[in-house]
Amino acid sequence: MLEIRNLTKRFGGLAAVNDVSTTIERGKIHAVIGPNGAGKTTFFNLVSGVHRPTSGSVHFEGLDVTQLRADQIARLGVSRTFQTTALFDMASVVDNLIVGHRLRTESGLFDVLVNSARLRREEKVCREKAREALDFVGLSHIANRMAGDISQEERKRVAFALAFSTGPKLVLLDEPAGGVNPEETEGLADLIRKMVKHGLTVCLVEHKMDMIMRLADRITVLNYGEKIAEGTPAEVRANPAVIDAYLGSEHADV
Amino acid sequence: MKYLIGKPGWLLLLALGLAFPFLAKNDYHLTVMSTAYIFALATVGLNLITGYTGQFNLAHSGFMAVGAYTVGILTVDYQVSFWIAFALSGVVATLLGFFLGLVSLRLKGHYFSIFTLCVGYIMFLVIEKWESLTHGTVGIIGIPAPTAIGPVSFDSPRSLYYLVFFFLVIGVWFMHRIVNSLLGRTFVAIRNSDDLAESLGIPLMRNKLLAFMLSVFYAGLAGGLYAGFVRFLGPGLAGVEHTFDMTMYMLVGGLGTLLGPLLGALSVPWLTQYLQFLQEYRFIVFGPILILLVIFLPHGIVGTFMGWRARREALAVPAARPATTASETPVAQPGGSHA
Repeated sequence: MLEIRNLTKRFGGLAAVNDVSTTIERGKIHAVIGPNGAGKTTFFNLVSGVHRPTSGSVHFEGLDVTQLRADQIARLGVSRTFQTTALFDMASVVDNLIVGHRLRTESGLFDVLVNSARLRREEKVCREKAREALDFVGLSHIANRMAGDISQEERKRVAFALAFSTGPKLVLLDEPAGGVNPEETEGLADLIRKMVKHGLTVCLVEHKMDMIMRLADRITVLNYGEKIAEGTPAEVRANPAVIDAYLGSEHADV
Repeated sequence: MKYLIGKPGWLLLLALGLAFPFLAKNDYHLTVMSTAYIFALATVGLNLITGYTGQFNLAHSGFMAVGAYTVGILTVDYQVSFWIAFALSGVVATLLGFFLGLVSLRLKGHYFSIFTLCVGYIMFLVIEKWESLTHGTVGIIGIPAPTAIGPVSFDSPRSLYYLVFFFLVIGVWFMHRIVNSLLGRTFVAIRNSDDLAESLGIPLMRNKLLAFMLSVFYAGLAGGLYAGFVRFLGPGLAGVEHTFDMTMYMLVGGLGTLLGPLLGALSVPWLTQYLQFLQEYRFIVFGPILILLVIFLPHGIVGTFMGWRARREALAVPAARPATTASETPVAQPGGSHA
């Protein structure tokens, strides 16, 4: 579904991502792990179009998307979340989600000025999609709560809902369980499985090893911007290079 | 209180605006109010780019001056009729906004503000120095009053008041349409986080540029009205202090609310009037009030009130059911409206 070939990004002299190639398969959960500063978020930024790579290419469903902007890639069906989700705190959760489906609508200024039938129809669709997405992530009970008043875990779920409401095929999750407790982490892992069951493909960056090991079908390990290993959780766990670079003694005694 | 929210509140404001000439003691009050309306119209426009889209534009008064000079130059030097010149005032400001926006909106955050601050100053300088076109510091004198439309003539303060009020109402009404639509939500998404907005498939440049052009269209029209109302123009109109005044109106009322900037733009000038006897020292009174406001009501009067109300409504909904059990039934209720 997503093919990444020899992806490289240099910031000045530093290669944040260096010659990384990998393939994300449809309907799978693909995790990208690595120590702090390994280039995971840069990798995401390259794939989602926030940064242009220095060299290499990204193909989504056979289409070269390397030079596309983030919004163009999103319209093709690649959605992403951020480590922190900036919401409009003074509006309700559902109001925050309405814009999520905006990319599938056409209404412009003219529709607004004449209050066209298309605008009214699209606004209705957006609102329905927002509710659907809230339902999907299990937050419909807080639809009318102020976005500024919800918990960290609920915020993570809202981020998922935003990504979901864009109608994606591939979802990139940047630390989906960052800053939430173990119990809530399990809930979020269930939600990720539910997304896959729903026909989505998931690629995630995460620090929580136990979550990754149980969740991912395939893991790519980055260190200093380079791919040092790739495989199933069992393979990665057994790989000496990975143990050396990342898992270290902490995982040796598991 | 709740009877004043939404449509009834706006209708009350409309009625007050219509009745004001009959309540005002003299023509001077009418003039103060009309001038306030003109700047309110410009502020409502500024609020679209600064309050809703999150791009703090400091060149706004420059665009207002461009609109005003369009009317001034065309009517005085080229004998164009007022209404044609007035229509062009919005067009010229918007066109200029397109080119300046294309350049300045590439910058983000404070860089955009600093850049537009410079742009505004350059606009002021051009108006001041380009004497063959703008009459320089002498200014443009003898701008004709808006010509009569059929039986309606605009030669009295009262009729001019209604003219300005008419455009303010239309302007606010259109802005209401814009900010409550999908388009408005798109702008707000950019304000919250342009990275997130872009990842949601929103083309940043196109939307920012649209907001910017709409915003300066309001400034241009307000300038055109100003020219027809005051009938004298100097380069001072482009001065950045006017932009700061409008920013103050927005802050007092509430950035990113529809009513807030309007409220600020109408109340602050009256306060200024009453503090006139203090002359320049009135800022000794003004400054502390503004600081207290920003500390205790960072969302402005309207913004704070709306936040309070939205929170209360949100709390009222789960009160019907135990809030702790994550009930999956969707709460059927239309989302909160923006005032």
